[in-house]
Amino acid sequence: MLEINDLKASIGGTEILRGLSLNVSAGEVHAIMGPNGSGKSTLAQVIAGHADYEVSSGTVTYMGENLLDLEPEERAREGIFLGFQYPVEIPGVNNAYLLKAAVNARRKHEGLAEIDAFEFLKLAKEKMALLDMDPKLLNRGVNEGFSGGEKKRNEILQMAMLEPKLAILDETDSGLDIDALRAVAKGVNALRSADRAIVLVTHYQRLLDYVEPDHVHVLSQGRIARSGDKSLALQLEEKGYDWVREAANG
Amino acid sequence: MTTESDKLESLVNRRYEHGFVTDIAADTMPPGLDEDVVRAISARKNEPEFMLEWRLRAYRQWRQMQEPTWAHVHYPPIDFEAISYFSAPMSDDDRPKSLDDVDPKLLETYDKLGIPLHERARLAGVAVDAVFDSVSVATTFKKKLSEAGVIFCPFSEAVENHPELVRKYLGSVVPQRDNFYASLNSAVFSDGSFVYIPKGVRCPMELSTYFRINAANTGQFERTLIIADEGSHVSYLEGCTAPMRDENQLHAAVVELVALGDAEIKYSTVQNWYPGDENGKGGIYNFVTKRGDCRGANSKISWTQVETGSAITWKYPSCILRGDNSVGEFYSVAVANNYQQADTGTKMIHIGRNTSSTIVSKGISAGHAQNAYRGLVRVMPQADGARNHTQCDSLLIGKECGAHTFPYMEIKNPGAKVEHEATTSKISANQLFYCRQRGISEEDAVNMIVNGFCKEVFKELPMEFAVEAQALLNVSLEGAVG
Ligand SMILES: Nc1ncnc2c1ncn2[C@@H]1O[C@H](COP(=O)(O)OP(=O)(O)OP(=O)(O)O)[C@@H](O)[C@H]1O
Ligand SMILES: [Mg+2]
Repeated sequence: MLEINDLKASIGGTEILRGLSLNVSAGEVHAIMGPNGSGKSTLAQVIAGHADYEVSSGTVTYMGENLLDLEPEERAREGIFLGFQYPVEIPGVNNAYLLKAAVNARRKHEGLAEIDAFEFLKLAKEKMALLDMDPKLLNRGVNEGFSGGEKKRNEILQMAMLEPKLAILDETDSGLDIDALRAVAKGVNALRSADRAIVLVTHYQRLLDYVEPDHVHVLSQGRIARSGDKSLALQLEEKGYDWVREAANG
Repeated sequence: MTTESDKLESLVNRRYEHGFVTDIAADTMPPGLDEDVVRAISARKNEPEFMLEWRLRAYRQWRQMQEPTWAHVHYPPIDFEAISYFSAPMSDDDRPKSLDDVDPKLLETYDKLGIPLHERARLAGVAVDAVFDSVSVATTFKKKLSEAGVIFCPFSEAVENHPELVRKYLGSVVPQRDNFYASLNSAVFSDGSFVYIPKGVRCPMELSTYFRINAANTGQFERTLIIADEGSHVSYLEGCTAPMRDENQLHAAVVELVALGDAEIKYSTVQNWYPGDENGKGGIYNFVTKRGDCRGANSKISWTQVETGSAITWKYPSCILRGDNSVGEFYSVAVANNYQQADTGTKMIHIGRNTSSTIVSKGISAGHAQNAYRGLVRVMPQADGARNHTQCDSLLIGKECGAHTFPYMEIKNPGAKVEHEATTSKISANQLFYCRQRGISEEDAVNMIVNGFCKEVFKELPMEFAVEAQALLNVSLEGAVG
């Protein structure tokens, strides 16, 4: 589904991704771990198409297409979803309104009619119940004054409504209490299917206890330093990143 | 690759969609202004002696006055001798009898503007009776109004048919020598609207008027007078779009509102005059004096405006809260894009006891535009229990534009409760990226954020106007993406 080959990308003249390669197939869950500043969010933003990042070489292919040719909104409509590490607040824009606009943008792209207002509300309430989310959040400004955990749940709500083909969740598990973590895991597991792929960027094993990954990668200094199965995450938890760095250098 | 903020810049640069020039023959006076021109205007309108005297007094005062320079706007000096002060409306005999007789070019323009069919006849100047005969909506409209005793007619008709009302109220809110442009207007005003709502009458429908500037190089001087007699109620809508043209056009209108005891006037404006091109060339100079007088106890005047057009806007719809318990409101959205300059706001003058005022101002600046809010809250010593709340928010799009806030307060009664809140925010590249990541185009994202920012004001507009206003705002901020 997603093939990244020798990708180099920089921001503000600083090279962050330095020849990164990664393959994600439909049906798989990948976990990407790695020390702070290693380039995990950068990778996510480049896949989503943030214009501040400059891709200098390498290729990114998504469903057989050159992803780098597409505008961010086109990527989204093609089924790529990014759960942001720091979801931005958009005061004054109703949360439900944005959600509905997003759903309709996707539907339009797929040649479907706009979702009926009643149906939309019903669906949103259903998903919110699943995520144990306060329905009042639907009528607030987008992320406006949301607590850290509420913001993360809101990202998962959007994901659940949009049903992406490729979901990248950038530290959606950080700063969550136990109940919220379970709720988020529930949302992610509900999305798991043979025709979707999920990439979890995380620092902690605890999310992976709930969402079992097929592959685990360690990102270090802009490259995948090591890949393995779920046991790699457990090893990391035990030994820390130095172990990977040493192994990579040695 | 362009950065998010570069894209923002290009996004807000979109050509004015409602700019179409129509070539319609107009009966116009040669440029220049002196007493003879004032006399000629008055004569052509068959005005009674008192109107001519009134105009001449205004003219003589205007000659003594200087153009104001305190506003935060910049433009080359206006040559008042180069302006033609009269463009005659066609007499009913010369008017088209139906839409079939109307210049097809003009109809095409209406089509581009998306003006509803039943509005077109009136806008095209089809003889009034023909309009009313051919359009059922308008027929019921006219009937209902006359049954209610409401007078709603062109100003010149009011001078002819209701001289006593005109004489009593004209200039009673905005005196002839109020300011440079108001004086000029008083001397040469062409026409406008007159409304009188009798005692205890609730006007059965919203009154609406479209203004258009159509003759090249002709200053436009509208005069509107609305009187709501005791216990009456009226909602008035004013909206406009203008043909595109190159040279600057001066527009100096005066609007006077009088609310007697227990009366209420709601005045809503959507202003979309040609703002000039992306480089700041052309566009309308919009120097307007709008003022309402809450003359009686428990009266209320509410101004709502959505200002998206004009190269320069200089406009402060104000309320004089004379009656005890009277209420003044000002809700405003002002958009300035490209090289537009807006200096707008309000004045709330508290004179009566327990008077209250609310000001909600939303300024949006994009491109190289400058947008200033200028507001005055004055509480006179006798105004016990006066209250004001001011909320003044600015939204910036891009990095070349500016927002300025000039709140003045003159509180001479120590018991007054006056609150002022102000915020400035920016549409950030990250907000747009967030929306785009959800599949929403950049244009739609900007519109969503802008509409969210303005909704407090939009909800004050009558329903159909709110829809129009929202569309207009989107058009004035749209740009070709990428
Ligand atoms: N505008 C910028 N200019 C220069 N360097 C930047 C800029 N933005 C980010 N960086 C750097 O890029 C590096 C990678 O950042 P990134 O956010 O991808 O890390 P991360 O792996 O997601 O870290 P964390 O685990 O803390 O979220 C960091 O060293 C960061 O300081
Ligand atoms: Mg990160």
